Amino acid sequence: MTDHALSTPLSVDREAEQILKAQRRRQIISATLRYGVLFSVGLVMLYPLIWLIGASFKPNSEIFAGAGFIPHEGTVAGYVNGWQTSTPYTFGRFFWNTFLIVIPKIIGTAISCTAVAYGFARFDFPGKKILFASLIATLLLPNVVTRIPQYLLFRDLGWLDSFLPLWVPSAFAGDAFFVFMLVQFLRAIPRDMEEAARVDGASTWQVLLFIVVPLLTPALISVCLFQFMWTMNDFLGPLIYISSVDKFPVSLALKLSIDTTEAFEWNRILAMSVLTIMPALIVFFVAQKYFIEGISAGGVKG
Amino acid sequence: MSGDSRFLGLVYLAPYIIGLMVFTALPFAASFYLSFTDYNLMSAPIFTGLENYVKLFTSDRTFRKSLWVTLVYVFTTVPLKLAFALFIAVILNYKLKFINFFRTAFYVPSILGGSIAIAVMWRYLFADVGIVNMGLAAIGFEPVNWFGDPTNALFTITLLRLWQFGSAMVIFLAALQSIDKSLYEAASIDGAGKFATFWHITMPLITPVIFFNLIMQMVQAFQEFNGPYIITQGGPLKSTYLLPLYIYEEAFKRFDMGYASAIAWVLFAIIMVLTVIAFWSSRHWVYYAGDKRS
Repeated sequence: MTDHALSTPLSVDREAEQILKAQRRRQIISATLRYGVLFSVGLVMLYPLIWLIGASFKPNSEIFAGAGFIPHEGTVAGYVNGWQTSTPYTFGRFFWNTFLIVIPKIIGTAISCTAVAYGFARFDFPGKKILFASLIATLLLPNVVTRIPQYLLFRDLGWLDSFLPLWVPSAFAGDAFFVFMLVQFLRAIPRDMEEAARVDGASTWQVLLFIVVPLLTPALISVCLFQFMWTMNDFLGPLIYISSVDKFPVSLALKLSIDTTEAFEWNRILAMSVLTIMPALIVFFVAQKYFIEGISAGGVKG
Repeated sequence: MSGDSRFLGLVYLAPYIIGLMVFTALPFAASFYLSFTDYNLMSAPIFTGLENYVKLFTSDRTFRKSLWVTLVYVFTTVPLKLAFALFIAVILNYKLKFINFFRTAFYVPSILGGSIAIAVMWRYLFADVGIVNMGLAAIGFEPVNWFGDPTNALFTITLLRLWQFGSAMVIFLAALQSIDKSLYEAASIDGAGKFATFWHITMPLITPVIFFNLIMQMVQAFQEFNGPYIITQGGPLKSTYLLPLYIYEEAFKRFDMGYASAIAWVLFAIIMVLTVIAFWSSRHWVYYAGDKRS
């Protein structure tokens, strides 16, 4: 190494080449490590779901017999029996009930949250700061504190065992997260067009309907998708408010089928679990860009 | 616009204000009042002063157990989830192929998150003869009694929520991608190593997002219900009997609304105190780029 400075150009080249080689080797190692971690995490993430789908087509004797997901003797018995359920209704009824809960809730959420977000983002009025602070506070307020009096309120209104307790709070912009998300989104949209329309004599609600809503559409789609997922997955709400089996959504029906048949018919439970998550899974894959954008916008710009 | 009434904005806020009053503020106050009463739905609430709270903290052993289990659950789940989400987000932030594929794959479990179908699946995966134990056996470990053993049961639920690190990760990733690349170039010219760059540039810039995720995950973890309700029913030996489960059973099984409200308020107070501590401490560790520039 002492004759480093005296070394011929050839050996300088060789040294440089060696450094480059070492660098490349390091890059390859770190890339391998990264991909290794990502692939193994990906496997852990997805294999349970793949297993779930595979196992739902297995006969009961096979479900706990091996770790593979491909059934040796594929059967749709789980789906056929599970669909019949142990109640007088088929699982189709429970999907219909879920639909009846989800759709009005999404519509109410979209309309009320748009109006409220528009009010927050585009107007000044007395008490605005306090009201916006209350929005953030409800975002952090654990539902667990308000749940019991809400139940008592709905009982006094005679709404128990109906879908009203699940619909109505959302129709009053009850999901602060969505209002917040739309406000963030609106703040990023320039107001030029709206102001021009106002100068031309449009009223504020015309501006909202014909200018703001079209611009807001991507964010509104995110709102609807999230509300769809959350409502599909909601379990505690229906558990508290819905007591007749004929009004059960799929989440309660699944719990019911666990209680009645799990001891002996595993593939039934697994098959109905697959059906339960299917709508959410399909919607996610069709529209995943809106989910990722929605969640990043709500989190980062906040 | 000038010419509009100052109160026009309030018209658009009307649904929110009504909802806030009827479904949030009123119930909030009512639940505080109920926590000082004995109320079983049959007769009007009877004011009993601090009796519920005294009972909670002196003679209710279920509550003590449930409170402890809840704290253990939150303080293991939240840090593990955030650390893991950040770790994966950092790896995904390198220019990698298939980044969209990985991001989607990692996010899918979160989207199905609260679904009870997933909780059901977890029961099968971690059953005594389930595939998790098969996997352990394959690499030479003894099978673990996941749900039957009080020392493991809670951790199984933590694992379920860790599996859903995706939404926190997506938020981290968006923050990492928004960091100005010139900062990294400047650091590398100054001879900073990878670790130093991460610690002195990346970390400070994403502290607001760490803070956001921390608060959100904490509030969520304190309210965990579906996991223990479906997977373990609070057992064995109440080792997964989280406070929301206790509140649910007091309120909607035993219809002891006053006592349930008192438990809810203790849970609320804990969340509040921790949130306030987080906000207060954030002045010392959360860095808002905008503040410094102005």
